[in-house]
Amino acid sequence: MLVNEFLLLGAALFAIGVYGVIARKNAVLVLMSIEIILNSVNINLLAFALQRKGASAAAGSTFALFIIAVAAAEVGVGLAVVLLVYRNRRSISLDELSKMKG
Amino acid sequence: MVAENIFFGIIAAVMVIGALRVVTTNNVVHAALWLVAVLSGAAALYLLLAAEFVAITQVLVYVGAVMVLFIFGTMLTRAQIGRERDLNNRTWPVGVFVALLLGGTLAYVLIDAFGDDQLPKQPAIQSVQDVSDSIFGTYLIPFWALSFVLLAAMVGAIVLARRD
Repeated sequence: MLVNEFLLLGAALFAIGVYGVIARKNAVLVLMSIEIILNSVNINLLAFALQRKGASAAAGSTFALFIIAVAAAEVGVGLAVVLLVYRNRRSISLDELSKMKG
Repeated sequence: MVAENIFFGIIAAVMVIGALRVVTTNNVVHAALWLVAVLSGAAALYLLLAAEFVAITQVLVYVGAVMVLFIFGTMLTRAQIGRERDLNNRTWPVGVFVALLLGGTLAYVLIDAFGDDQLPKQPAIQSVQDVSDSIFGTYLIPFWALSFVLLAAMVGAIVLARRD
């Protein structure tokens, strides 16, 4: 298999995730788009790790696991923030969060 | 070789279609379900890339825990569950432009740099032992830092979300 098959799939998913982050108004959907981005990065890491031998091959899996753990932490805090915003403003539309606008 | 390519094509198609549905659908719960398809496809790709431990962790953490969090977040922040209007910004064409620009640039650079590079024919399976040697040996300090990040995130989420 070509390396590029995996790398191009990762690039496509990354671009789709970036579109979601820019275009979506609902905060939960923005967090979902961020998950797509993080997964595309993991695919790239593991595709590169497969070309390595010995100890540095396991490093790819290690970093992918680190990213999964950081993503879990990020979703936990992110959804807590979204809940708090919803409780205070009765809406999670990112367009309406303009209180800090100068 | 051929079987691998066929499986890769199926998984990649499912993932791309799922990701497109996540960012275009009008229903938040449907977006969560399509995200399950994307994340499961990623787990299958990790198996194809001979990283079995990462694939299992992906299923446990993402498809198990994170998706439950998303569903709960949807339920707690939304009066109605179902189709709704107005999930996109007015400026969504900018998003299309940025995504096409980014995807095109990345694709050009990748094809230019890696061209026809082949993956190893018979890749060595990443054993759990190798991965744990790496985590608890070379990357022990980052692992500690990550544990602290997780603890802080957990405490922070509880403090933020509780009613007082």
